[in-house]
Parts: sequence; C-alpha cells; structure tokens
Amino acid sequence: MNVVVVGCGRVGSALASTLSDDGHSVTIMDLNSDAFRRLPPGFPGSTIVGNGIDEQALRRANIESADMFVALTQGDNRNLMSAQIAKHVFKVPRVLARVYDPSRAALFGELGLETISSTRIISGMVREQMNSSSPRG
Amino acid sequence: MYVIVAGGGKVGFALAQALIAAGHEVLCIERDHRRCAVIAEDLGSAIFHGDCCEVKVQEEVGTARADAFIAVTGDDEDNLISSQVAKHRFGVDRTIARINNPKNKEIFMVLGIDATVNSTDVIMAQLAQEMPVHPLIPVLSLAGTGQEIVDVQVPEDSPIVGRRLSELDLPGRASIALVIDKRRTDVRLASPEIVLEAGDEVIAVARPEDEQRLREILTGVS
Repeated sequence: MNVVVVGCGRVGSALASTLSDDGHSVTIMDLNSDAFRRLPPGFPGSTIVGNGIDEQALRRANIESADMFVALTQGDNRNLMSAQIAKHVFKVPRVLARVYDPSRAALFGELGLETISSTRIISGMVREQMNSSSPRG
Repeated sequence: MYVIVAGGGKVGFALAQALIAAGHEVLCIERDHRRCAVIAEDLGSAIFHGDCCEVKVQEEVGTARADAFIAVTGDDEDNLISSQVAKHRFGVDRTIARINNPKNKEIFMVLGIDATVNSTDVIMAQLAQEMPVHPLIPVLSLAGTGQEIVDVQVPEDSPIVGRRLSELDLPGRASIALVIDKRRTDVRLASPEIVLEAGDEVIAVARPEDEQRLREILTGVS
C-alpha cells in the first residue's frame, strides 16, 4: 500500500518505520526537516518538508496515488483539515486523523471521518489497569 | 441577530465593534486571556475567553441559537474546524470563514463552509474596479530580439473564450507560447487546437508595438 503520514513526531516516525518494515511504501511529511531525524537510519520511505494542509505539498507527497492517509501532527485542527482534504479533495480510500480532544473526535467521526482520540484511548487504558490491578496489602 | 465572532485579533475586534454598532447581539471568542483583557475594556461582556474550536466552549456561548458564526482567526485550520463545529454540532445556518491563504478557498467550499472572505480577493476586486483595463504584464525582455515575453489573463467576458488558438488573428510577429489553466495546474505548450477558457493565463512573445493590439484580442478591452 502507498501510505502518506503527516507529522513526523514520536508517533508519526514510529508508524512510518513500522509500516515500511511491513513492506508498505511510505511518504512522511513534516513542516520541519529536523523532525526526520526521528526516523531510523536507512528509512526506505520518502520524506517531504511541507504543510499537511497545503494542496501543493500534498501533491508532492504523491497523495494522488495514496491508498491510506494518516494525520498525526500536534494540532487537532490541522489533522482534521488535512484529513478532510485527503478524503474529499483527493479521494484517498482510507483516511485517519489523530484528535486529542474527544468531543471534536466524536463530532468529526459522526461526519464520516475516522478519528483516533489518543486522550480517550489512554485514559481508558489507565482506568482498566487500575481496575484490574490488585489493591496494595 | 445573534452573531458569534471567533477570534479577537484586529479583524475580529473591529468586526465585533461594527456588528455591535449595527445593533446586533455579538459575542467574540478569544483564546489569549491578555488579549481578552484588552478587548474587554471596549466590548465589556461581549468577549469570551476560550478556544473557539472546542465543542464545550461553543456550547457555553450558546452557539445553537446563533444566527451566524464568523471565524476570523489568523489560522485557516482553526477557522475551518470551528465553523464546521458550529454548523454540524449546533446547526448554525450561516457560517463565514476568513481565509488567510487564498489557495484554501475551494477546499473550504468543498467542505461545506457557506461563505469565505480573503483579503487578497477583496483587494484584487477593489483593484479590478478601479482599473477596469485588463493588463498585459511584460515578464521578460528577450535581449537582442526586440521582443518581450508577456503575460495576459483571459477575462470572463473576453470574445476569445471558447475559441481555438488557431482562430486568433495575432498582430505582427506575436505568438502564443504557453497556456496555463485557471487552477494553475496545467501548463500547456501552445498548439492550434487548444481552446481558451476564462481565467486562462496566456504567455506570449511579442514586439512592444504589437502589445496593445495583442491585449485587445485576448481581453476584448480596447
């Protein structure tokens, strides 16, 4: 699969590296070229310096031939906007956006966007751990 | 009308003042608390401190009963998302978003924003009104040849819209080199069968004395 990942932070770089290992063709974008140092040495995918909400930059990242698009920048709104551009302008078949704010994640989920709220997932996991671990003493 | 203005920068503040002066009920949402304090001196309780993109904040300011939601922050993504929250979560009929990057205009339309405003378009429209003559822009003088490369945009009402390049009666030794489509995505080498459309940009080579006539042919304005 051709995958475009926007945002080369900890999650973005780890995802890009794993997907490459799985044999996918990955293009990762970030506003800051420094961010690509997080990628492992010998990363086989492409790196593009550019803004994930800029149509031209997305074209440079070959979004037109992407099978999947994942928005993982630090900004909820930037992720939601770039994911919507990927879905509605470039018609990428599968689009995912990370959204920290659970209420915004839910709303845009209702509007047909696949959103992942890490806030909700992690708080849920912590709660589960608390409930399953045995009390002290 | 109850109007919510998202963003209390220079544009948001001035807009809120104007709307209040026009007799509307206005609430301006601003994220920066120091900026809020400054605006509060003038707008009093019509300023609300919070993130306009958050569902909870929009709920608190009563977005559901707003007649219009106008997003004028300096960030296009914030203007888009806050307008979409207002429209889809709270059912606001009229959402207007400011666009800072003119390239985002079509994207905002595709994504359901009712109207967009961008300063580039406003200024260009103003200029067009004041200078109805469609200009021909000399781009580069070709040293030693006595000719220039010029750039002309085909206006909507030009008589050559829908005509082939081969049908044009160009003056002197003028020739068309390139035709760029309205969206600036397709640069075509001139060939006789190309059909010109409104908004196309034509790059031509001409002697300075033929430029006036060339402009008349391409724009229909003498």
